Amino acid sequence: MSSSNNFDFAISIGGAAGQGIATPGNLLSRIFIRRGLHLHAYNAYQSIIRGGHIFLTIRVRNQPVTNHGDKLDLLHCLNQDTMDRHLRLMGPGTNVLFNSDTIEPSEAGDGVQLCGLPIKELTDNNRNKLLQNTIALGAMMHLLGIEFQVLQDVLTEQFGRKGQGVVDENVSVARAGYEYATANFKPLENGAPTGPKPLAVWTGNEALGMGGASAGVKFYCAYPMSPATGVLHWMAKNAREVGIMVRQVEDEIAASNMIIGAAHAGCRTMCATSGGGFALMTEAIGAASMMEIPAVYINVMRAGPSTGVPTKTEQADLWQVLGASAGDFERLIVAPTDALDAFNTLPELFNLTDHYQCPGILLSDLLISEGTFSVDPDAINLQPEINRGKIVTEPNEDPDYEFHRYENTDDGISARALPGTLGLTHVVATDEHDEDSVLLSDEFTNPLKRRKMVEKRARKFDDLLERIAAPQLQGPADAEVTLVGFGSTEGVIAEGIEQLTAAGVTVNQLAVKWIVPFHAEAVTEILSKANKTIMVENNHSGQFFRYLRSETGITVDASIRKYDGEPFMPHHIADGVRELLAGDAKIYVPEQEIMV
Amino acid sequence: MTATELSPKDFKSKINPDWCPGCGDFGVLNGLQRACAELGIAPHTIVNVSGIGCSSNFPGYFKAYGMHTLHGRSLAYAAGVQLANHELTVIATGGDGDGYGIGGNHLTHIARRNVNLTYIVMNNQIYGLTTGQVSPTSRPGAKTKSTPFGNLETPINPITSAIMAGATFVARGYSADGKHLTELMKKAIQHNGFALIDIFSPCVTFNKDNSYDFFKPRVKKLEDEGHDTSDWKAACEKALEWGDTIYTGLFLQREQPTLSDLEPVLKEGGPLARRPLGLSTEDSARIIKRMC
Repeated sequence: MSSSNNFDFAISIGGAAGQGIATPGNLLSRIFIRRGLHLHAYNAYQSIIRGGHIFLTIRVRNQPVTNHGDKLDLLHCLNQDTMDRHLRLMGPGTNVLFNSDTIEPSEAGDGVQLCGLPIKELTDNNRNKLLQNTIALGAMMHLLGIEFQVLQDVLTEQFGRKGQGVVDENVSVARAGYEYATANFKPLENGAPTGPKPLAVWTGNEALGMGGASAGVKFYCAYPMSPATGVLHWMAKNAREVGIMVRQVEDEIAASNMIIGAAHAGCRTMCATSGGGFALMTEAIGAASMMEIPAVYINVMRAGPSTGVPTKTEQADLWQVLGASAGDFERLIVAPTDALDAFNTLPELFNLTDHYQCPGILLSDLLISEGTFSVDPDAINLQPEINRGKIVTEPNEDPDYEFHRYENTDDGISARALPGTLGLTHVVATDEHDEDSVLLSDEFTNPLKRRKMVEKRARKFDDLLERIAAPQLQGPADAEVTLVGFGSTEGVIAEGIEQLTAAGVTVNQLAVKWIVPFHAEAVTEILSKANKTIMVENNHSGQFFRYLRSETGITVDASIRKYDGEPFMPHHIADGVRELLAGDAKIYVPEQEIMV
Repeated sequence: MTATELSPKDFKSKINPDWCPGCGDFGVLNGLQRACAELGIAPHTIVNVSGIGCSSNFPGYFKAYGMHTLHGRSLAYAAGVQLANHELTVIATGGDGDGYGIGGNHLTHIARRNVNLTYIVMNNQIYGLTTGQVSPTSRPGAKTKSTPFGNLETPINPITSAIMAGATFVARGYSADGKHLTELMKKAIQHNGFALIDIFSPCVTFNKDNSYDFFKPRVKKLEDEGHDTSDWKAACEKALEWGDTIYTGLFLQREQPTLSDLEPVLKEGGPLARRPLGLSTEDSARIIKRMC
């Protein structure tokens, strides 16, 4: 139950692929953000186009929301399977919508309002099965205390381009659903409130596309792979308007190398993939490092290994990105915490990769990339600062001048020159080379030169740590427990901590975003003063647990790990901390309650 | 610069090739230096991209902007350069293992996309840099270090493969016929679209089968046969001939818009790589409005 002071309401729509869950999800999102309410939506789905089970959860609050929460308040069943799977999760004060012509409710708990909708009657025997979704939206408006006109407006917008007939049909059945619900169902005691200002909505992948565009990406290249494909979709849709060339190419190998070619010519370039595609890109990342050409690679992690579980989340590519490509070289690795952070991180990453002339890797995961987030539109800055680093653009008329692309400078950074510039011709090479690009690898092998060039490339990064903000401890310094995580877990850990705090356990959080460079000293300083340290991560073997140990020598006291494909819910964190405090166990693995 | 001001030595780098004496690649290097000089293309407007292999050392010896990249990936890099700056002349160079083996997939796709660049393959029917293993163009029965008892596989035919993939310019040259080669290269560079020149470039160290003595009596120029370069069926028939007669010359040439010609983003504003970065205030406002 929720009061209007603290509105926290989760709507789930379940059914088979093809039953039309995305559209009502989008319509509801629009309604809530225009009302000024915050939301986070998580879609649990499978890698099929028809059938299976899809379960979309939209959690709405009147304060920022980072995850899909612990409970369901309204369940809309599009088929019997959804009813059978999820009715048991519904507690007192919740509502369940379903087509009473075809779906038989199983045993409901106390205080659950079963809202059967006679769809045939309400649609006048219309055979369009998707109309049941619109009817349910009408009923939801009544339950949530939202005036019908709001739904009518978004339906008109949504179906407008399909013609007035489609709009009228949808509005008419929505009204029938609204009126039927008004006559038959009890609305919530406190309906959906209105926030101070209308918000905007985006997915993590859209935020990544926009982050790249704002950073000045002019060439985007990809091979489709869930859950990264949304970046390609945003790019493809917006490319012509914003002047970005978007290419879908034959494989990730082509994408990863092609962006280096385009970057060498002078563009800012980017590509996105998931773990398996990233595996194919790794050789290119070493090439970018050796040729000293900046390019950005996004790895949207999904459950692995191999093709794994294509539509499920995991944080298990940490060691893959740390070890990507042959040899010993620096690559920047950053794991943003949510969609807005991912958006803001890309321009920062581009400025760094341009400055250091090196590859950059952004680690996202399915949870961020395919998650839907509300955002304050005023917080979105699409015109960030752009710094391109050392590039010589002046032509050189002296016929005897020899441009040294890899000049051994004090800071290790040598100026680039873009092809087409008079007098600055040079070679960039993946084989080891001297300052003047002459290869060392064949007859010219020379240990002194090799050492010099290895040190030159490494020296570039001497001041890197100073350019990155150190992670900060969130919460009381003297807490009983310190939770440590990286990337997408920050929000859900914070909410788990809220629950623990309310129950009298003091907990703080160290959320790490930058993997390379890693603020080892700052992290050591914080963790050495902590009482009990617990790592929270979405994988089995404790990848961040081991990375933290390798960089700081610190072994955390215990871990909460989840590797069933589904993301953490806040109570998983709270339950884990309680259990780990009470016993001697080193690892707590939460049980996933929602079967999807 | 105009054509009269350039000579082949303007395309000579400070490094001497480390190829074996007698290697066919010398003829290819000389041919390209002459072709670019005769066409009057200034070195700083050329990007020469290669992969890995003996012949992929080309950018080190050819004065221009060069990219010496990963094994098999030269076409991916070359396409990236060309699409990012379509005012440059992009020339990819490499060998048969690099282009038809490990990089074979890229060839198919760059051909059908008709990316405006020239791809020069020095085909010696052997892996030379790794000291003599079988290649995708080695003849059946070829005895190499990796097939000591003879090659069991059928070789790829680069000419028919490229034609089938949709290449708009497909030619074959012979490194010992420098004059003919130079003319082919000039045509290929001037061609608006993807141009492949497969060149017999004998490996004198590791391939005793496909030597100068093998090719000399066999190679015949299509130009002398009255071949119609718009007839793809005739081109395939001629390309499949492999006996006492092996044809060189231009097999097929078609006019077709290149990817850069078709790409709306390139219609105005010059090369992508030279455009200002970032979004306009109007773009920003429009993008955010759609999210609300």
